[in-house]
Amino acid sequence: MEHNEEVCGNMKPGHDSTYFWRKAKNSAMLIFSFVCVLLAVTPLILIFVYTLRQGIGSLNLDFFLQMPKPVGESGGGMDNAIVGTGILIGLGALFGLPVGILAGIYLAEFGHTAFGSLVRFFTDVLSGVPSIVVGVVAYVLVVLPMKHFSALAGGVALAILMIPTVTRTTEEMMKLVPQSFREAGLALGIPRWKTTMRIVFPTALTGITTGILLAIARAAGETAPLLFTALGNRFWSTSIFNPMASLTVFIFDYAKAPFEDWNRQAWAASFVLILLIFLLSLIFRLATRRQYEQH
Amino acid sequence: MNNTELQGVSATMTTPTPSTFSQENVLPTEVKLSARTIHAYFGKTHALRDVSLDIPSNSVVAIIGPSGCGKSTFLRCLNRMHEVASGTMTGEILLDGINVMEEDPVILRRRVGMVFQKPNPFPTMSIFDNVAAGLRFNGMHDRKKIREIVEKSLVQAALWDEVKDSLNKSGASISGGQQQRLCIARTIAVSPEVVLMDEPASALDPLSTAKIEELIYELKKTFTIVIVTHNMQQAARVSDYTAFFYIGELIEYDQTKKMFTTPEKKQTEDYITGRFG
Repeated sequence: MEHNEEVCGNMKPGHDSTYFWRKAKNSAMLIFSFVCVLLAVTPLILIFVYTLRQGIGSLNLDFFLQMPKPVGESGGGMDNAIVGTGILIGLGALFGLPVGILAGIYLAEFGHTAFGSLVRFFTDVLSGVPSIVVGVVAYVLVVLPMKHFSALAGGVALAILMIPTVTRTTEEMMKLVPQSFREAGLALGIPRWKTTMRIVFPTALTGITTGILLAIARAAGETAPLLFTALGNRFWSTSIFNPMASLTVFIFDYAKAPFEDWNRQAWAASFVLILLIFLLSLIFRLATRRQYEQH
Repeated sequence: MNNTELQGVSATMTTPTPSTFSQENVLPTEVKLSARTIHAYFGKTHALRDVSLDIPSNSVVAIIGPSGCGKSTFLRCLNRMHEVASGTMTGEILLDGINVMEEDPVILRRRVGMVFQKPNPFPTMSIFDNVAAGLRFNGMHDRKKIREIVEKSLVQAALWDEVKDSLNKSGASISGGQQQRLCIARTIAVSPEVVLMDEPASALDPLSTAKIEELIYELKKTFTIVIVTHNMQQAARVSDYTAFFYIGELIEYDQTKKMFTTPEKKQTEDYITGRFG
């Protein structure tokens, strides 16, 4: 590197005071960022470790393979709640993801209109609606007409919670795809919808996956909207038209129960729930990983 | 009408004498694309003003001019890609005598393909799939036939030898020059009649540029090529005809040799010799 005598004076770069301060600031920022990274990761590790420690006494094979025991009997598990949470998330994703993804694609590709802005605004408002209110809405929409609680109602509530996150992430990720790929597709004589679905969407998929994961993880951890929809169930049931057990509602019930055994099981359920979300994220990431990384 | 002798290349511009046209071994007999009094607008910008020119079959037409003079706009009008950037156009563009505005844009673009300034292979697809994209998404499912066309296109784009062992690698993993040739292969795979190139070598190093130029020379045997370029030497090297645009107007259009040796207009001469703004 050339050094201009007038700018740097007679000092060599190593002794230059500006140079020293620049290095010092650089190190300071690096350390600061690293500390923040630690702070961001610590809660997750703490939660993981703490729930595991509290619930380890109840974490055994029975927990995954047995149903809850009646009050007064010890032992038993939550197999119905684990499966129930899976089904509820599945229903939510089934209803919520197509709507969210397609709405996001619409907003990104055709949303330059006043109508687009309106949809965008409503989506943002929807994402701010408290989950308990969404539960009440699902109650009115599904539970009242059916005249009983059901997993279906729970799925609808979770879907409504997922839609805004999925819509907005899909839109943002689709917009990040350079215009040149759209033009390349169109210039090949590929119709607009195919260019969008087969070229632009796959390019944005890695980013969209993150949004889907966030939405699913949020839905998996919801308790309030399930209280008036899926309700909970102490028995084995996989029918989506009947009340269904879920880990979160179990945690809610068992944590406030006056039995130490149940409290421990609530901790175990918390740990299992976190583990499930963790595994789900991992599987999803691997499945939608870009086949080709840009070098 | 298709066999119009290319005499008055443009009615409003210089009329070359027959002798200037007979110098080259390629004697144009057929007009492939014909632009008639084109005006193009982007919002309130009047990007093209009354441009008329004929593009002969199996030749290379270079479009030169300073930035913002409407070169790319004109190119995009030829396969209606200007609509993608929400531009509008008046006047007529005839492809084999048929008005392109009456053609379905999807069908039109299969006949008039386009290569862009920045190499843009689809990042989620392999080299093979990139070339096959236009075929597959337009409904071809015969695997054997696709394989044949992909190979043929890559050979034609002078890329086959370099990628034949890595067809399953990402289209984005090869060098910039290779990517651009991949984009050319992708474009010619759908067997268009005209290939439009928007500064295809401006993002490439000199060696890759030379390869693209050689390629253009080969391709004109099969395709009609219109190339926008900022590089005057490039225009002189690769093209048979050159059009000089300035602020949305076609100033001069003639045989490349004539344009670069004895242009009719002072403006053209100034620009070509570098005395221009």
